[in-house]
Amino acid sequence: MAISARPRQALAIAGAIGLALSATACGTGSSSNSGNNNADSAECAPYEKYQGHDGKTVTIYSSIRDLEADRLAESWKQFEDCTGITINHEGSGEFEAQLPVRVDGGNAPDLAFIPQPGLLARFAERDQLKPASADTKAMAEENYPADWLKYSTVNGTFYGAPLGSNVKSFVWYSPKMFQEKGWTVPTTWDEMIKLSDTIADSGTKPWCAGIESGEATGWPATDWIEDVMLRTQTPEVYDQWTTHQIPFNDPRVAEALDRAGTILKNDKYVNGGFGGVRSIATTAFQEAGVPITQGKCALHRQASFYANQWPENTKVAEDGDVFAFYFPAIDPAKGKPVLGGGEFVTAFNDRPEVQAVQTYLASGEHANSRAKIGDWVSANNKVDLANVANPIDKLSVEILQDDSSVFRFDGSDLMPAAVGAGTFWKGMVEWINGRDTATVLQGIESSWK
Amino acid sequence: MTTTTPPVAAGTQDTGSPTTRASRVRTRLSSRTATLVAIVIAVVWTIPTFGLFVSSLRPENQIKTTGWWTFFRDPEFTLQNYQDVLFGQASGSGQLANYFVNSLVITLPSVLFPLAFAAMAAYALAWINFRGRDLVYIGIFALQIVPLQMALVPLLSFFSRGVSLGGVTLMPAWNLDGAQNFAQVWFAHTCFALPFAVYLLHNFVSQLPRDLMEAARVDGATHPKIFRTIVLPLIAPALAAFGIFQFLWVWNDLLVALIFAGGSDVTAPLTVRLAELAGTRGNEWQRLTAGAFVSIVVPLIVFLSLQRFFVRGLLAGSVKG
Amino acid sequence: MNFDFAAQTPKLMMLLWGLIAFAVVVGGLLVLLDVVPAFFARRREARLIAGSASGAPPRRAKPREGLFAIFFLLPTLLLLLIGLVVPAIRTTLLSFMDGGSQNWVGLDNYRWMFADDSIVRVLLNTLIWVTLVPLVATSIGLLYAVLVDKARLESVAKSLIFMPMAISFVGASIIWKFVYAYRGEGEEQIGLLNQIMVSLGGEPRQWLLDSPLNTLLLIVIMVWIQAGFAMVVLSAAIKAIPADIVEAARLDGVSPWQMFSQITLPSIRPAMIVVVVTISIATLKVFDIVRTSTNGNYDTSVIANEMYNQAFRYGQNGQGSALAVFLFVLVVPIVIFQIRNIRQQRREG
Repeated sequence: MAISARPRQALAIAGAIGLALSATACGTGSSSNSGNNNADSAECAPYEKYQGHDGKTVTIYSSIRDLEADRLAESWKQFEDCTGITINHEGSGEFEAQLPVRVDGGNAPDLAFIPQPGLLARFAERDQLKPASADTKAMAEENYPADWLKYSTVNGTFYGAPLGSNVKSFVWYSPKMFQEKGWTVPTTWDEMIKLSDTIADSGTKPWCAGIESGEATGWPATDWIEDVMLRTQTPEVYDQWTTHQIPFNDPRVAEALDRAGTILKNDKYVNGGFGGVRSIATTAFQEAGVPITQGKCALHRQASFYANQWPENTKVAEDGDVFAFYFPAIDPAKGKPVLGGGEFVTAFNDRPEVQAVQTYLASGEHANSRAKIGDWVSANNKVDLANVANPIDKLSVEILQDDSSVFRFDGSDLMPAAVGAGTFWKGMVEWINGRDTATVLQGIESSWK
Repeated sequence: MTTTTPPVAAGTQDTGSPTTRASRVRTRLSSRTATLVAIVIAVVWTIPTFGLFVSSLRPENQIKTTGWWTFFRDPEFTLQNYQDVLFGQASGSGQLANYFVNSLVITLPSVLFPLAFAAMAAYALAWINFRGRDLVYIGIFALQIVPLQMALVPLLSFFSRGVSLGGVTLMPAWNLDGAQNFAQVWFAHTCFALPFAVYLLHNFVSQLPRDLMEAARVDGATHPKIFRTIVLPLIAPALAAFGIFQFLWVWNDLLVALIFAGGSDVTAPLTVRLAELAGTRGNEWQRLTAGAFVSIVVPLIVFLSLQRFFVRGLLAGSVKG
Repeated sequence: MNFDFAAQTPKLMMLLWGLIAFAVVVGGLLVLLDVVPAFFARRREARLIAGSASGAPPRRAKPREGLFAIFFLLPTLLLLLIGLVVPAIRTTLLSFMDGGSQNWVGLDNYRWMFADDSIVRVLLNTLIWVTLVPLVATSIGLLYAVLVDKARLESVAKSLIFMPMAISFVGASIIWKFVYAYRGEGEEQIGLLNQIMVSLGGEPRQWLLDSPLNTLLLIVIMVWIQAGFAMVVLSAAIKAIPADIVEAARLDGVSPWQMFSQITLPSIRPAMIVVVVTISIATLKVFDIVRTSTNGNYDTSVIANEMYNQAFRYGQNGQGSALAVFLFVLVVPIVIFQIRNIRQQRREG
């Protein structure tokens, strides 16, 4: 790359190569120019099976951008150096809308990191995806729990392994505040409600929430419902719900909404720092937890990735300014339901170098290489906890690797986009804004064809 | 509208018309109200942007928790947002200067091509007699309603698959690489700009005095000659106006750039880079406050420098001649 | 500084190629058009001479105008065909197909459109938008253009109104977040409008939640952006009014208001039409304001927003296309107006 990318690596040599490289050799997004010359060194041993594609380029399209994109590029740097494959990654905030345009327009990327199994299934059903190679499949089966792989399997064909993951069943709180007030972290739903009452009685609204997220407004509320659904019903009912084997307005779904409503639509409980119940609808999810740092609210249910949303200089740790506890089960005896998400590495081309990269991204080498750089969680069971520095990431990986965990994927990502990214989101916004449960569920059900 | 201040617009000839004392007083009064109204509009229009500007100079925590006006009570000033935008923490994405160059390379031809093509088309539709010209004009006009989004897939397919009809390849795929991708972006922007450009310019061209055109024809001037020597200079304000809008549209466009230029740092324009700055989950959106002002600089320079084409009296002189 | 100029070279070369292509295409067309007619003119002259020699009445041959027109129009028509006509036809075809564009479904998508309860609301909103935005934006643009015309610091004054057009949409969405944002009573407000409410002793309101006020507040954003467009075009038109007409009127001692209603307004009528029509079409197509502010929630959706959601987010190409076709239909009144307009122009001309 022409404009020197990473000062750490490149400061000394940047000037020299920068000018020496001919313009065409400056590939995009990658500072690799080393070719295959160190392929035989010891560091390259793990990459031996991916050899033989020197000089080839693989393009990747995803929704990952800025700092996270740079970390991703760093994570496969050594793979590029050793195999001679150049990986061009492009991240876009419009990923979900742009990917179908590119695919339909005949300009599909080689690989895409798709975070919605529903979208993945759409491409698969329209015969636009390439099935994963036998190598990729073997690697994925070795490294990932079967719970995960079923989400990228459509009509019996496996399309790709997961990459990053996140755990959504978390409630953020301030350990400092809890210590000062003598509150303890609840381990059951009832304890959590009791704690909420205690906090409410002390004059602080216990919960804060926000579901505004631009064109994706509503998604944090769907996460709430899914998390509660996993706790009031069995995982099997959850699966029936996300696959529309039971109607969306089934009484069991209504029950989940109403139970979530005892918190989200309770004026005594919400919305700390922002106002009444309806302010949840217009509060940006990025800012929704911030009142915790100001003492105006005590609890905020949001995924592990919320760790990056805290204001600067907020210490995220068990003994820090903020941390998260597992969103408790109603009946802990029935196991530990975990709601989560992640992205799947799917291929639109089946050139050998594309398959090599797809296989590599499913491997333990990549998972650990990325984990070492920081701020990353994966369900890959080869991830060594020692490589995960960040406390919340460590907690997430522990939960994902815990045998008693029952993992389920974010339901709205599994549903067809018209529901999961459409009427479900919109229905939740109306629900928060005052509409009753039955009308909202009826509306969503009638949109699911 | 008369004002008491000396006119500043170039080319204006104020002959100091004899006005009565009473009318002068009236003029002054009305001009005072006029000034007041103008100032009110200007202030109302500017305050939101001003708020953004103030915010861009505040630290992240402050932006997200207090109103921008508290800055004046409790000024806490930082250039961190600008620092992030201009030099970037995520250094792998390169420095902004690179994307500035990309934006310029995209914008210049994307303004010039539609400008020239539309001016020629507008002239033909207004001053050349041929059958069906109104139909063609109305057709072009109506194309304005085609939503850009609906044109993306077919146009992308045109570039990446070429055109073939019944197995016969009429045009091969473009297969562009690296910087060559700019050609796609120019092509797309030119297509999308033409209906409005033709419409806008046609309205100005068709307003030119008929006598002028006929005199030129009688003198034996050909259409290209009339177009070059008479029409183009006379519609300079309209060209400048369209030039400004097209420049803005292309400079601020994200959608077309995302599809046809892609996100690679060889071709991606400033908007693509700025959109990335907010981070994967939008947690760093405060950087966008600074980003907005970094990217507004060039359009404002263009606007101010094209101002001089909005000159009074260009037409007047030629009508007499 | 490690900004590398070497990396910019291929881009600048590409720009150079683009500019050369521009010069060659445009210049070439004009030269071609100069040479070809000269050839025809010579032949015509020869024919005329031959004609007069044979004693026939010297009829002036009509130059072959159509040929010129084709060349003048060629680049535009070709590009429009590829870039817009083909997509428009494709969209119309897709509107009769299913979400994956694989099977024909007849009129199902249109039936879906009109069976949906919310579509009435969407239509009504679009109607409110397309009535209010052109009217208000043009009025303000015109008022401002007249007021600052010839004033001191005119170009600075104009750039203030123009600025919203120049600001990127990402920036604009944050700007309006800082205006409409809500914080509960007693909390510190971060939205300007609520801060004003609170300062005046009122209670903060959830501006974007209450219909129909929220639609009006979103329209304010569009007016804020489009007034700059109206102002620039109308200002150019005002400056194009022949100075002698203005001078003559001034000598007659007309009042500023008479000057405006009898001289300015009639003279800029064509420009006014351009502005109103253009803003109307832009308003019909508006979607990003709605998308980023409310995403169509709280009864604020408009047709183009629904179209974008269906076709791009939900993968329902058929339903999205049907909405787009519906947009084509909505523009018909404007097209008819334009046809009448051009007929009138021809009669006058």
